[in-house]
Amino acid sequence: MLNWFSQVVSVTLFNLRTIPERKGAAIAAGVGIAGVVTVFVGVLSIAAGFRAAMSVPGADDVAIVLRSGADAEMTSGLSREETRLIADAPGLARNADGPLASAELFVIINLPKRSTGTDANVPFRGVEQAASSVRDDFKIIEGRMFESGRNEVIAGAGAARAFAGLEVGSKLRLGQNDWEIVGIFTGGGGSAESEMWTDAAVLQPAYQRGDSFQSVYAKLSSPAAFQEFKDSLTTNPRLKVKVLSQAEYLADQSSMLTAFIQNFGVFIAVMMALGALFGALNTMYSAVAARTREIATLRALGFGAGPVVLSVMFESLALALLGGVVGAAAAYFAFDGYQAATINWQSFSQIAFAFAVTPQLLGSAIIWAVVIGLIGGLFPAIRAVRVPIAAALREL
Amino acid sequence: MNEPTQADGALVDLDGIEKIFHRGSEDIHVLSDLHLKVPKGEFLALMGPSGSGKSTLLNLIGGLDRPTKGTVSIAGEHVSELSDRQLAAWRARHIGFVFQLYNLLPVLTAERNVELPLLLTHLSKAERRQHAATALAVVGLAHRTKHYPRQLSGGEQQRVGIARAIATDPTLLLCDEPTGDLDRKSGDEILDLLQALNREHGKTIIMVTHDPHASARASRTVYLNKGQLSNEPVK
Ligand SMILES: Nc1ncnc2c1ncn2[C@@H]1O[C@H](COP(=O)(O)OP(=O)(O)O)[C@@H](O)[C@H]1O
Repeated sequence: MLNWFSQVVSVTLFNLRTIPERKGAAIAAGVGIAGVVTVFVGVLSIAAGFRAAMSVPGADDVAIVLRSGADAEMTSGLSREETRLIADAPGLARNADGPLASAELFVIINLPKRSTGTDANVPFRGVEQAASSVRDDFKIIEGRMFESGRNEVIAGAGAARAFAGLEVGSKLRLGQNDWEIVGIFTGGGGSAESEMWTDAAVLQPAYQRGDSFQSVYAKLSSPAAFQEFKDSLTTNPRLKVKVLSQAEYLADQSSMLTAFIQNFGVFIAVMMALGALFGALNTMYSAVAARTREIATLRALGFGAGPVVLSVMFESLALALLGGVVGAAAAYFAFDGYQAATINWQSFSQIAFAFAVTPQLLGSAIIWAVVIGLIGGLFPAIRAVRVPIAAALREL
Repeated sequence: MNEPTQADGALVDLDGIEKIFHRGSEDIHVLSDLHLKVPKGEFLALMGPSGSGKSTLLNLIGGLDRPTKGTVSIAGEHVSELSDRQLAAWRARHIGFVFQLYNLLPVLTAERNVELPLLLTHLSKAERRQHAATALAVVGLAHRTKHYPRQLSGGEQQRVGIARAIATDPTLLLCDEPTGDLDRKSGDEILDLLQALNREHGKTIIMVTHDPHASARASRTVYLNKGQLSNEPVK
């Protein structure tokens, strides 16, 4: 056993010492693997960073009601009748004007970005009076709240920063309608700061929405009241709705995007990994082919097939690990903490977040490299020992 | 340490050897019903025209290949019945190979090349170094131990090859055209060395050659032709 182990070690060492003779191919294989790891880590760090940004907790005493089957406000629809039933459900906080529930709808409009001058999506939300009380941290930081029944708009601070023409006092023409920006707000949870708000009753006719809404935002009397509120709505035969806490809803929304980025990242990484795998295979096949006679000589001297296979695999693994570590380091220094530009994704058009190169990400990238190295070494190694010794010795 | 156990004292005993290679659908009959006995301490030259199967025969004796039919027995061991793994261990213990093109590992010094087969023994590192140094001294290269193959002449490389072959003190030395790639002078030195190993160290040697000058140094010459051995060259 000891003897066998020392065979593996010594054959591996000879192999490694021959690397300088075939630098080019070895470097190409290593760089290929480093590239895979860099891209893999880079793309997935976007997903990780985005997830981190979105996991900022929504208020756990705010509930969002959508039509059942809808994934997002975009695809939801509620009639005024339904929004009334929802506002009357038990468990809601109230003030002098009644229950704290805001039936809302939104449309997507295009505005030129300050940075590039090109148009990008901005959610334009119609809300009811209670909207600002439903959202705890809502604050007007400049100007004032819009007045009911008028074509007045308040802009989220993020939207005002990113898009031209959203200063207090400026006027906007959208379709057939003129609007005036009267205030800037912060807070509201999730991506609210990336939106523009106006009175729902004004937005509905402006965009031919009749008397329909898309969601109801409701403030609960306490977080514990959520279950009661939810049960009363989901068991009401006149409603077909689903009820989520704001935190749940935001997590849901980001999970779609995170999953998309993640799948996309894995897809790209798989493609590149295939390329790197062929590079590694090629390197190791030619390494083995170039040393056919040397390997045959070792075997003629009595070195076993096992040590030869393992030593070829170790060599490939060493190259892969080296490439993997270089790639991971490159990704870490290039991407970690990198502040992402805006991403357009329906209402998530303005969410700022940082790439996060997490230890788990680095770990899985190294695992990829190892797998590429092992597969890239295995087949050439098997070929190396399949050649009959007598035949291999005849090769020049 | 390995005394012949055959009744007639032959160290190498080939009995009814047949070797057929398959190339595509074609069968190449290289050896047929071949018999050979080599007593311990003999220096045997194996001659024959190119392609007559000399290397094939040497490979069968050295356990690098298996006969299609017949038995190869070395020091009483039926070599053709060993598994691949056993065969590798058997080669390490019993056979020293000398190749026409030396087959040294270019990344290792002379010393380390000679040490290679010793890695397969249970010797300690210090003992291995000692054995390697002794073997290099025997072939007259004590002053070249730290040189790499590319820094050595062909004759010197072949002497490293011989040192490697004798380092483990094998039962049998198998040499495939050991002077085939050397000029006359270096070739002669190699033949001197083999002769000395045979006479002074009692090594049993089987040497494939097509050079009469080389076979003249052997204690006996056999000729391979049409798959069979004879004691006379065929015209
Ligand atoms: N592995 C092999 N596969 C097929 N044919 C082989 C193989 N090895 C040797 N031969 C054939 O066997 C014959 C004898 O070869 P060899 O033993 O090398 O002859 P020699 O050493 O006398 O020149 C040749 O015709 C050669 O082509």
